Amino acid sequence: MLTQAMFRIWRGDPAGGGFQDYVTPVEEGMVVLDAVHRIQAQQAPDLALRWNCKAGKCGSCSAEINGMPKLMCMTRLSNLNLEMPVILEPMHTFPVIRDLVTDVSWNFRAKKTIKEFKPRSPDLPDGTWRMQQADVERVQEFRKCIECFLCQDVCHVLREHHKEDEFIGPRLLVYAAALEMHPLDNEDRVSDLRKKHNIGYCNITTCCRQVCPESITITENAIIPLKERVVDRFFDPLKQLFHIL
Amino acid sequence: MPEFQRFSYDVLVIGAGGAGLRAAIEAGACGAKVGVVCKSLLGKAHTVMAEGGIAAALANVDDRDNWRVHFADTMRGGQYLNNWRMAELHAKEAPECVRELEAWGALFDRTKDGRILQRNFGGHKYPRLAHVGDRTGLEMIRTLQDHGIYTGMEVHMECTVLSLLLDSGRVVGACGYDREKGLFQLWQAKAVVLATGGIGRAYKITSNSWEYTGDGLALAYNAGAELQEMEFVQFHPTGMVWPISVRGILVTEGVRGEGGVLRNSEGRRFMFDEIPDLYKDSTADNEEEGWRYTQGDRNARRPPELLTRDHVARCINREVKAGRGTPHGGVFLDIAWIKQHLPKAEERIKRKLPSMYHQFKQLADLDITKEPMEVGPTTHYMMGGIRVHGDSQMSSVPGLFAAGEAAAGLHGANRLGGNSLSDLVVFGRRAGRFAAEFAKKNEANGAATKVDEEQLQATAKAALRPFDNGASGENPYQIQYDLQEAMQDLVGIVRTESEMQQALEKIAQLQARADRVGITGHRQYNNGWHTAIDLASLLVVSEAITRAALLRKESRGAQFREDFPNKDTEWGKQNIVVKRGADGEMLVEKRAIPPMPEELKAVIDEMK
Repeated sequence: MLTQAMFRIWRGDPAGGGFQDYVTPVEEGMVVLDAVHRIQAQQAPDLALRWNCKAGKCGSCSAEINGMPKLMCMTRLSNLNLEMPVILEPMHTFPVIRDLVTDVSWNFRAKKTIKEFKPRSPDLPDGTWRMQQADVERVQEFRKCIECFLCQDVCHVLREHHKEDEFIGPRLLVYAAALEMHPLDNEDRVSDLRKKHNIGYCNITTCCRQVCPESITITENAIIPLKERVVDRFFDPLKQLFHIL
Repeated sequence: MPEFQRFSYDVLVIGAGGAGLRAAIEAGACGAKVGVVCKSLLGKAHTVMAEGGIAAALANVDDRDNWRVHFADTMRGGQYLNNWRMAELHAKEAPECVRELEAWGALFDRTKDGRILQRNFGGHKYPRLAHVGDRTGLEMIRTLQDHGIYTGMEVHMECTVLSLLLDSGRVVGACGYDREKGLFQLWQAKAVVLATGGIGRAYKITSNSWEYTGDGLALAYNAGAELQEMEFVQFHPTGMVWPISVRGILVTEGVRGEGGVLRNSEGRRFMFDEIPDLYKDSTADNEEEGWRYTQGDRNARRPPELLTRDHVARCINREVKAGRGTPHGGVFLDIAWIKQHLPKAEERIKRKLPSMYHQFKQLADLDITKEPMEVGPTTHYMMGGIRVHGDSQMSSVPGLFAAGEAAAGLHGANRLGGNSLSDLVVFGRRAGRFAAEFAKKNEANGAATKVDEEQLQATAKAALRPFDNGASGENPYQIQYDLQEAMQDLVGIVRTESEMQQALEKIAQLQARADRVGITGHRQYNNGWHTAIDLASLLVVSEAITRAALLRKESRGAQFREDFPNKDTEWGKQNIVVKRGADGEMLVEKRAIPPMPEELKAVIDEMK
């Protein structure tokens, strides 16, 4: 492994910015976040970035590394070609605040537009429920989400078309799926998914699933089943025929 | 003159981990207008890192469990320095708080008959930890977050709190700045809950993220509140030791709960070599019995790997020092070996410990289903913190409450795994409720809530000083690093008088350097500035840890003094309290633990 590497980091704010090169020593076992921390401590103390757990569990250090949306803490330098500069950019979909930090607050606001969890009444007089592991597991997959918003970053409805006012994006469709498929939930979100959240905008290109650091099968396990529920409710040809008659 | 953006609440919660969110939800449910201030984005707090589970005597897996056993286990683990009232309330209320999480959408792993599954953990007599694989903390914080956002609380994300504001000795709010724009904020409030978590960043090797600089403890201390049990810092026995960049990241105790064993470089299970008297009767003396315990045999005793964290950490330390460590200075933690006993062991490991599998695979290129991990102690948790009233969680400053890791009392000299998540919800709920009540009462009697504008301006000015020093000032990252190194080397797992005296000198030098800290750039999202501001809290906390550890001339729980290697009965009756003197000097004093009521004493005797 090389003893030093070059990092080409985007630096700037909403007014504009550009790439700056930093050369820093690297060692075996290092991840991108380590190198950025070293640059920050020694060369660029005011370099802005978010991070917390350093173990892929909090989803704070999302960025685009050589053009791919990734967590900086889980991207090992040994998996990158260090003969070339490593290019680091903030997520493109969200407005930049400074350097690698973007304004992701829309995700938090949009979440509130989804109807909250509403459990059925308890199964037993002591106020508890009974659920089978198999039923729970289906939803546990969605609840692994660390809200890194990389799926939102890569979703072309948001990234290219900026339909933030109409469409909630893959992360929040996973959230909606976790609620809809929750064994205890009694709420009905199907109509909202079609009309308010415009699930139809998703044309299942699976980009979101491919960048998910938690390997959640976003498209197949969350979005498609939700689309099926919408289709069942609103586009069943037999039911439509019935309506016409 | 710096401008302040002003907000007004009934209850202000500082911190949005498990305790902060639970407090905010409860205060809101009691009718209070609630503001939440947090250092990171919502849902990123360190609660997400909790892996093993939440301890509550639900008795779903072993019907012999009940609050009395949980209470006795917690007191034994804390070496009887605990606030017994908090230990009692915790044991009694934890099951209800777990069920509450389920009612808000949490999906715990299930038993065959569909109830919440519970697993074994160090120091807990029966399987007691409700869990979701090894990502229980994420499940908990997301549940609280997704419930909380619909309750009307206002969340101020990515803000640093600089100071609490007082009027006639009562707390009336806090001031700070937002990281995004670097603008000053004033949050007026009739009551404040501190739920700022721990202090791990005072040490070099830690499982904690950058946030855990002891801000809440320093805020409370500077406002005149008392701290307690500061000498007790928990070193979790199993952190990653390699690669160097992930050194300190937690490896859940759940690995040992599922049958993982510790071996030294000679392949020996060294944990059998030394079993403390307090646990002799309840610990297996052979490997076969220990294995049966992890597989749910109710008649088997626990393997020594599941002894309390302080003990396991010291044993690992001993093996490494004696030259029986691994290539990277740890010991081996082996879960792959269970394939000798179980068919389909590989799938089982991946199902029970998915994030551990993931973490080692991705960060260390190691498959834990095939090879042993290398692990060593890492600074993990602060037993000490703000001294609070057991029932209400109010500190010695009226209107100032604390909950979770920032508060002291529940865990005494050593915390049991799983008791922190339950701590967050039990005492977060209590702090929220009592803070809302306090706010209401004060509104009714028209108590003053005047903000001292001069203090506000002085705080803002001090916060901006590093900009005046500029590039010629001290590098904040370097000061933080030097402090971490000093605390790691001199006030770590094994402590002595002379080293701790050295530490005090170093802290004083670092304090002087911190006064000259300089940064460049502007106020918008300037990580250098944030690091410079955090130094003040880190230095207060480090000094408090060192002074308390010096005063306690005995070894107990998480504190091991090489110069006083034994427990001292007299010290067993004392807490150590730290507070600010009239001239700003740090005072450290003994405080006798109030006598325990007869009925609680009886519970402890019965469980001995």
